Amino acid sequence: MADFLGVPLPALLGQLMLGLVNGSFYALLSLGLAVIFGMLHIINFTHGALYMMGAMLAWMASAYLGLGYWWSLVFVPIVVGAFAVVIERSLLQWIYKLDHLYGLLLTFGLALIIGGVFRHFFGVGGQPYSIPPELTGAINLGFMYLPKYRAWVIAVSVVVCLATWYMIEKTRLGSYLRAATENPALTQAFGINVPIMVMLTFGFGAALAGLAGVLAAPTTQVSPLMSSDMIITVFAVVVIGGMGSILGSVLTGLGLGLVEGLTKVFYAEASSTVVFVVMVIVLLVRPAGLFGKEK
Amino acid sequence: MSATEYLRVERLHAFYGESHILHGIDFTVRRGECVSLLGRNGAGRTTTLRALMGLTGRRTGSIMLNGREIIDMPSHRIAQLGVGYCPEERGIYSGLTTEENLLLPPRVGSGGLSVEELYEMFPNLAERRHSQGTRLSGGEQQMLALARILRTGARLLLLDEISEGLAPVIVQKLAEVIRDLKSRDYTIVLVEQNFRFAAPLADRMFVVEHGQIATEIAQDELAGRMGELQTLLGV
Ligand SMILES: Nc1ncnc2c1ncn2[C@@H]1O[C@H](COP(=O)(O)OP(=O)(O)O)[C@@H](O)[C@H]1O
Ligand SMILES: [Mg+2]
Repeated sequence: MADFLGVPLPALLGQLMLGLVNGSFYALLSLGLAVIFGMLHIINFTHGALYMMGAMLAWMASAYLGLGYWWSLVFVPIVVGAFAVVIERSLLQWIYKLDHLYGLLLTFGLALIIGGVFRHFFGVGGQPYSIPPELTGAINLGFMYLPKYRAWVIAVSVVVCLATWYMIEKTRLGSYLRAATENPALTQAFGINVPIMVMLTFGFGAALAGLAGVLAAPTTQVSPLMSSDMIITVFAVVVIGGMGSILGSVLTGLGLGLVEGLTKVFYAEASSTVVFVVMVIVLLVRPAGLFGKEK
Repeated sequence: MSATEYLRVERLHAFYGESHILHGIDFTVRRGECVSLLGRNGAGRTTTLRALMGLTGRRTGSIMLNGREIIDMPSHRIAQLGVGYCPEERGIYSGLTTEENLLLPPRVGSGGLSVEELYEMFPNLAERRHSQGTRLSGGEQQMLALARILRTGARLLLLDEISEGLAPVIVQKLAEVIRDLKSRDYTIVLVEQNFRFAAPLADRMFVVEHGQIATEIAQDELAGRMGELQTLLGV
């Protein structure tokens, strides 16, 4: 059997695969954070709660309404996005003119409330959510078994991230977004309804978090607590990648997933802290992050 | 209201936070007319244009555009009524290419110039269409800032210091463009420091001082009131 530095190749590839799956979630979540930050200048602390909501709603849709995975994959992001739009219109829009700190405090408070409401009604126990039948099982690649659902998560994440990047960088709507990010007042003075774009951007970023939640549901125990671990790592990813770069946040997310996976193989004890070690090093060398622009 | 009156500004007060900048600006512009707001630095001309676009803080008074009150409208609604704004700082986006900058402002009326016509008018922009907007020279950026509001079908153009800091040949070119626009029946408000640029182009001139209109000078009075104008402008 093939070895790599004393590690059997299938085990190594398996861990890399798992790392890429985690990286896919990091990428989707940090992409949403970056898009929201670019437009609203708010560090959205509700992001983890929205991710948890995505998974919980998928589980609820299945448990109470009998709606399966594919329904949830389409509708849950829309529901989470709509929920975020309501939050933006009712609360966030009033604080844009204040110091960014208020946005952080408000979204942090909202995250606590959302988490609290779900804990109140559903407790903290994990709920199982099964992989849809179409995606169970594994593909034999000859050198390793590739679980179909993992491949699916990675593929969806990469496609969604690339589509988002394309939309922002290459389309007319994207040029509105970039313009509104750079100079909102002037962009509005050209006749573009910037407040609506801000609202939709927040909804879109939230929908990405909801999508990540649905994708994650079959891979983990669905519970109101699932946001906390994920969101801390994702914020570290965002710090490492640097705020504001779309492609940067995606690459950093996937890359750090891989780094975590590799660390599990070679020094498992450090696998849960390696992201933070990388964060410290990056902060020392490039305080604005790998893809961030120094002010 | 006279049938040809396109813009009527009355008792316009504007604030930036607590600072009270405009103290009752009054002027009118007729359809197809080119007026210039002259004045010393800090007189309040830029603030007047920004107040027209809804870009200052609190505003009071009245701004009638083509018979409609716009003082309480958000700036995108004002633009959609057919107003094109070329800001003093030019406002070229660094995150957009030259062409994306040119194509950014959505249509707000019919009869704007086509992209081909604009590239013909400003060949430099055609050559550099794929460059980052802010990589252009100052003159090219000014042309881009002007060109992008000519595409949209806006009929009222608010142009802030378009000749500022540019080489004489480019200023010449811009004067030609303004003449061309006048012949196409655009209504133009030209804010200028450089009255040598504005005087031959403007049908009427308003001198702004301390956030008010100090005086109005028509084109045919210009020769007789040159001394007065120069004193007011401190040149
Ligand atoms: N954003 C702002 N906040 C506070 N004061 C301002 C601001 N912009 C301009 N001012 C003040 O308003 C006055 C008029 O400025 P401005 O309209 O730019 O004059 P002009 O364009 O005629 O040179 C000046 O005293 C200037 O300092
Ligand atoms: Mg000025």
